[in-house]
Amino acid sequence: MFLSYFTEQPMSAYPADEGLKEGFTSVMFSNKYYDPEEGSRLFNERIEEYKLAEQVGFDGIMVNEHHNAPFCMQARITVMSSILAAITERAKIVQLGNPLPTYDSPLMFAEEIAMIDMISKGRLISGIVRGAGQESVCLNANPAYNRERFNEAHDLLVKTMTDDGPFSWEGEHFQYRVVNPWARVLQKPHPRIWVPGVFSAETIRWAAEHRYPYISLNTPLHLTGELWQIYDQAARAVGYEPGPENRGYLLRVHVQEDGDKARENAREFMWMQGEFTGIGHPYWVSPSGYGSSARRLDYAKMANAEVRGSRAASFEKQLAAREIVAGTPDEVIAELRVVLETCRPSILMLWGNDGGVTHDDSLRCIELMGTEVLPALRDMGDELGLHDPFELDSPVSLALTPPDELNPVEPDDGARPEDTSDSTALKMFR
Amino acid sequence: MAMQTVTTTVAGLGMREFTGGSGDPLVMLHHSFGNPGWMPVHEALADHYTVHALDLPGYGGTEGSERPEWARHPRDLALLVGQWLRAKDLGPVELVGCGFGGWVAAELATMAPELLKRLILVGAAGLLPEQGSIYDQFLVSHSNYVQAAFSRLEAYDAIFSSNGDSPDELPMSDDTLVIWDMNREMTTRVAWKPYMYNRRLRPLLGGVNVPALVVWGDNDAVVPMECAHAFVEALPDARLEIVPDCGHAVDLEAPESLAAIITGGNS
Repeated sequence: MFLSYFTEQPMSAYPADEGLKEGFTSVMFSNKYYDPEEGSRLFNERIEEYKLAEQVGFDGIMVNEHHNAPFCMQARITVMSSILAAITERAKIVQLGNPLPTYDSPLMFAEEIAMIDMISKGRLISGIVRGAGQESVCLNANPAYNRERFNEAHDLLVKTMTDDGPFSWEGEHFQYRVVNPWARVLQKPHPRIWVPGVFSAETIRWAAEHRYPYISLNTPLHLTGELWQIYDQAARAVGYEPGPENRGYLLRVHVQEDGDKARENAREFMWMQGEFTGIGHPYWVSPSGYGSSARRLDYAKMANAEVRGSRAASFEKQLAAREIVAGTPDEVIAELRVVLETCRPSILMLWGNDGGVTHDDSLRCIELMGTEVLPALRDMGDELGLHDPFELDSPVSLALTPPDELNPVEPDDGARPEDTSDSTALKMFR
Repeated sequence: MAMQTVTTTVAGLGMREFTGGSGDPLVMLHHSFGNPGWMPVHEALADHYTVHALDLPGYGGTEGSERPEWARHPRDLALLVGQWLRAKDLGPVELVGCGFGGWVAAELATMAPELLKRLILVGAAGLLPEQGSIYDQFLVSHSNYVQAAFSRLEAYDAIFSSNGDSPDELPMSDDTLVIWDMNREMTTRVAWKPYMYNRRLRPLLGGVNVPALVVWGDNDAVVPMECAHAFVEALPDARLEIVPDCGHAVDLEAPESLAAIITGGNS
């Protein structure tokens, strides 16, 4: 099993009452409420926690990026990755993910990740995402071309990592007279690319068709079966048999010696009131042209009724459904066994601390995970046959799979699951 | 008055218009939220002109391959309107552009003034205001944006609120919502950034050697009045008409006034 630590890096020291008064906590929620003194403290606490996560045995540290909102302080994923490259020795740096369509220069991005891969001595995993619509609004990247920009930036990124320069690139969205960065990825053929998402059938299929592991972001456990069915069918259609090495899962997990204290701290996973991503208007989360046209009427209704997505279920319900897991190490281990048996991922991200959980409690949570939970998970992974891509040395992509190993199977159309779970709430993470 | 729907194929695209009336040709280009139908302004103008209320390519309920997927700027739409005018052998025409459609009309006027008899801009976008700003539809809901184009909510309701006051339903129909969203998607495709202006338009307006009429609602909350003056200054032969107690969508809020202003200059 590949076990990684994660926190959203919340800007928890903001006046929540102002957000509630405003009615939204993203995109246009004024940064006059951002206190950089507190920001400095929080960044440095997170860095200490990452160091500890490596010391106690996590295989990876997952970082991400969001804009214009208190739920996530990381405005630039490659900045935090660069810091991790320098302050850690062993843990992989897991970017989940880089919002490619919002970047105006995929070439500069390719240079950045090449530097990170070299400085970290080949520890980078470079995940990619479309980014929720609000990220496109914040960085002013056209949401109607989000998918086009994602595909083109991906193709350019892979070519830049694998082909010798100089070459030119004349795409619809990106043009370069000379692609020839004097910064090259250390890992060959290139760092692994993973694709996180909540539940977008289109993205799940895309990941499977490229043989990139799909990292399911706290998707309700009962939906993961349907999710992997979509992935597996797309994988078989392009010619390989998928397994746990293609599956990742991110889950909110908080541990303390005192189970009641753990559950009290875990309430902080609810701190943004609505979704993980705070409160936002539907026309920011899914602007016109961003989502699938099949859902156009539903989105337009939500947008014009000013319904702010579906609110998260109550804390108690999420605990019961194992969307949040909290307790003593033993309690958590028992719950995670159910998760592993149901979802069967080989890549597990433990989203340990969020909201206003104190630095001391965060450190203790990480320590207990390392000493008690991770060893148990590794045993379970062996018992359940959950072998990760590194253990199996699986191909990094379909394009880099030897053709004679591929055996495409025509999908049975009747069995192809419909894209039924593509709600705005779930889309927020794409 | 008899109105018919006509579709003409241009560059592989079916371009749809509502047409009616008799007399010299007058072409109307709609706002970014689309043309709600054969409206009172068309009816009033049809007493004097053969009115062609054209759906800009990609608007009016098209998506996927039915729209110009390659079009990435309002100037691309202007080129298609020019090809449509030539295909129908309509020119020179009176070209009326409302809001976003005014931007498209102004672009076409700079590229092919010979197709125009007169350029009529109504609350037209296309120029960057120096003092104020153009109201950004992408930060608000569809209905809030369309409402902002009216100074009186009753005028908006009369056109778009078909479902009455039921608390369980949205006031607008599902069809209206879907069309608004398709139209907003097309606007996103061609005008996301920079939003609603083209820095290369103003210098080129000096070459529009046909008479121009600039009409503005005095309560326009979408495109500031300074843009009206900027158009009048930049066009060689333009005059300004201000419609009192009217918002951005003069064509929809004060159709009789707009028709009178347009035909007054013609009679």
